[in-house]
Amino acid sequence: MDSHLLLRHRNSGEENIRQLESYFQIGGFKAFRKVVTSMSPQEVIDIVKASGLRGRGGAGFPTGVKWSFLSNRFPRYVVANSDESEPGTFKDREIMEYNPFQFLEGLMICAYAAQANVAYNYCRGEFWNLVKVLQGKVVELKEQGLLGSNICGTKYSLDIYHHLGAGAYICGEESALLESIEGRLGQPRIKPPFPADRGLYEQPTVINNTETLANVPLIIERGAEWFRNIGTEKSPGHKIVCLSGHAKNPGNYEIPFGTTFRELIYEIAGGIRKDRALKAILPSGASAPLLPATDEVLDTPLTYEDIASVGSQLGSASIILMDQTVDMSWAALKTTRFFKHESCGKCTPCREGTYWMTGLLNRFNSGLADKDDLPLLEEVASQITGKCLCPLGDFAAGVVLSSMQKFPDDFDQHLQENGN
Amino acid sequence: MLKNKYRSEINTILSEYPDKNKRSAVMPLLYIAQQEYGYVTRDAIGEIASLLGIDPTQVVSIVGFYSLYYDKQEGQNRIQICTDLPCALRGSEQFADQVCEHLGVKMGETTEDQFFVVEEVMCLAACDKSPMFQVQNSTGISYHENQSLETVKDLTDQLRAEAKE
Repeated sequence: MDSHLLLRHRNSGEENIRQLESYFQIGGFKAFRKVVTSMSPQEVIDIVKASGLRGRGGAGFPTGVKWSFLSNRFPRYVVANSDESEPGTFKDREIMEYNPFQFLEGLMICAYAAQANVAYNYCRGEFWNLVKVLQGKVVELKEQGLLGSNICGTKYSLDIYHHLGAGAYICGEESALLESIEGRLGQPRIKPPFPADRGLYEQPTVINNTETLANVPLIIERGAEWFRNIGTEKSPGHKIVCLSGHAKNPGNYEIPFGTTFRELIYEIAGGIRKDRALKAILPSGASAPLLPATDEVLDTPLTYEDIASVGSQLGSASIILMDQTVDMSWAALKTTRFFKHESCGKCTPCREGTYWMTGLLNRFNSGLADKDDLPLLEEVASQITGKCLCPLGDFAAGVVLSSMQKFPDDFDQHLQENGN
Repeated sequence: MLKNKYRSEINTILSEYPDKNKRSAVMPLLYIAQQEYGYVTRDAIGEIASLLGIDPTQVVSIVGFYSLYYDKQEGQNRIQICTDLPCALRGSEQFADQVCEHLGVKMGETTEDQFFVVEEVMCLAACDKSPMFQVQNSTGISYHENQSLETVKDLTDQLRAEAKE
């Protein structure tokens, strides 16, 4: 089986697939030409549905099902979510840097399936140089007649534009992202209506993560059945896992779903730096509960369903490893500080709660905590959970609550050092 | 005036959004203003607002919300070091201290010659290549990964030398 389908494209050897000519040589854009010239949009949606492809941005929602929800109004829009800002996540950037045409082809197939004539690729502002490169790729595709009017001699036309964010994690949330493209503050919308009904400029809109879209050309080319044979029944295909923190060899690893934490960390990625003991795992950056590195957790397969069964989320699979030297009250402070900075301020529990949690965790980390701070921290975190428009508040509270629950000693020690 | 100097860039940006939704161009236009003046000036806010037919306060709110826009002149080169959890686990907080010491400033401060400001920033999607930072200046944003004090010294020397030319 191919070890790379997404990051380096189809194990195709050493050729530089960043060049359009090389991408053509290995069959690039055959899938797009095929759908535009010989398939109906519904047929494309049906194949993606049958493949079981799930969204790679974090939520894991079935992609084909999402496409099929579009209201019957035009114009429609397609948006690629390349806002990649979750601490520990660096996969979409690598896809766009090393395999840009496969991602763009996926975006174009998605646009055809949605019958959209305009697609936006929303990239975080820090991807400034990358976006310049991608804009050049779009020009090349236009010169080849693959974008623009009357694509492949058909009536279909499509343009791709890039929209740069400007340093706001919240814009990775799909409705905040749409607000941002519309020139407003990146604050989540109340749902419903969902983007499939009223998205960008109030029109039906599909939003997919970069990695999700990079899967689409292969599914069209090789079929839904081929895709379903990789990974597990409920989580088919490959997943790019971003390994960071105390990994001996941090980086992106492309693996079939169902690989266990242990296989990934110790067999594929070479273990923990300085061969220390692994203490805890954040499986989805800062946005899912922390897991202790027990045998049960290490033997858990990396699938949406299995990680949920041990009390966390696979999310975007940005796995942060922490060895025995890490104090989890410090780790919780770091993630909470992130969410305090990134809270958009719309919902009070998140805006105020992340502020209070940061203050309390600072007390633990500066020898000021007393025994009342533990129940107070737990109360603040619990009061955020489930009370906000978007999941940012829940994310922030999840790491705090799980680290207090799984590693109580890391908090208690600070009370003792303070004589409480 | 931005619209004279950057006429073709601005027209291209405006063409990328529907006629009824030109407000979408506010973020790309703010980047042009920042490129031109080093920060978003009051005049630029007024000009962008009138180009898009929106209120200047709406432009100001965008500048305030998004962290890559600045409304005052600080160091010409912003050295923005990621100290979020994954980078911190690989020593980026100590690295940030070294960079500050090298430039003789505290975190968030500007050097006396107004050439550098050192800032801590949130995750930049380069966690496997920590310590890392980005440099933001009027030419755009560039990433510097797998850094050490030595590479930082080389870079700051180089940027100062280029500015003298």
